[in-house]
Amino acid sequence: MNTRFLPLIGFALVAALLVFGINYMRNNSMNEVPSPLIGKPAPAFDLPFLNDPGKRLKNADLAGKPYLLNVFASWCFACRDEHPVLMNEGRALGIPIIGFNYKDDAADASRWLQQFGDPYSIVIADRDGRIAIDFGVYGAPESFLVDAKGIIRYKRIGAITPEIIAFELKPRLAAMQGERQ
Amino acid sequence: MNHGPCLRTFLAAMLAIALLVPLLARAVDVLPFKDHAEEQRFQNLTKQLRCLVCQNESLADSSADLAKDLREEVFEQMRQGKSDEEIKHYLTARYSDFVLYNPPLRGGTALLWFGPLLALLLGAGIVYRIVRRRAKAAPTPSPATSSEEDW
Repeated sequence: MNTRFLPLIGFALVAALLVFGINYMRNNSMNEVPSPLIGKPAPAFDLPFLNDPGKRLKNADLAGKPYLLNVFASWCFACRDEHPVLMNEGRALGIPIIGFNYKDDAADASRWLQQFGDPYSIVIADRDGRIAIDFGVYGAPESFLVDAKGIIRYKRIGAITPEIIAFELKPRLAAMQGERQ
Repeated sequence: MNHGPCLRTFLAAMLAIALLVPLLARAVDVLPFKDHAEEQRFQNLTKQLRCLVCQNESLADSSADLAKDLREEVFEQMRQGKSDEEIKHYLTARYSDFVLYNPPLRGGTALLWFGPLLALLLGAGIVYRIVRRRAKAAPTPSPATSSEEDW
């Protein structure tokens, strides 16, 4: 009578589902919200410089060349882990890294950059976080790779690591270079 | 004996606390609602939206900083006369369907919506087959065979 094994088969199926679930959770962070903005133009912004609020930066100023927009804040712990990576390997990317200071106090942010170093070409400040909402930012750090046409090509949620630079950013930059020629 | 009134006061105080706690648990920001209906609409809408930072909380309940900003944004858009659908679209355009507790029905979410029904039908099918087979195998079950099959 093979119905005798039915409970065992049922158990095996449930156990397999459990193992699959655990593995899936390990490999895919459930906290990561997929960005609907990839492949779409970067949202319009016009924000003041952190260290010189008289000057402003907007999308058009960056048109024609790719850039990396890095959302950071002095209150953000993971940004401290990310920071040395940007300091060491940021320049080697060969594109401007725009610091996007998110919901931060200007004095705190400036002190933070003085203390740890400034890997950014320009730092703009989004004091109230309104532009960050347009970018779908829900924490820091987050980074956006934007191409020469102003299209968001990649979003990193969480800290940029040497692995992210080697396996996510550099291949995409190379592909973008190929498109332009 | 005069601990009767004392106990009663104590119970009344406990009851008051028990009733007040849910009120305190709701994230409160002071939004200038013009009437009760507007507040109801706001509460109803933000309950359907997920807080991105702590994803097991609704936008209505979360005390995360971003949730507060998004509540203000929702409120402002309500004031601008936008419909609930327009506000939801504003949020999904930025944060994807993840912000909605009820994801829209489309190709990628069909399994999500019909998966449970599928599992139920599958289970019903299996039960039906087992019952049928047993009914055929033992039309008049004697105690000996039934205890043997009893797993």
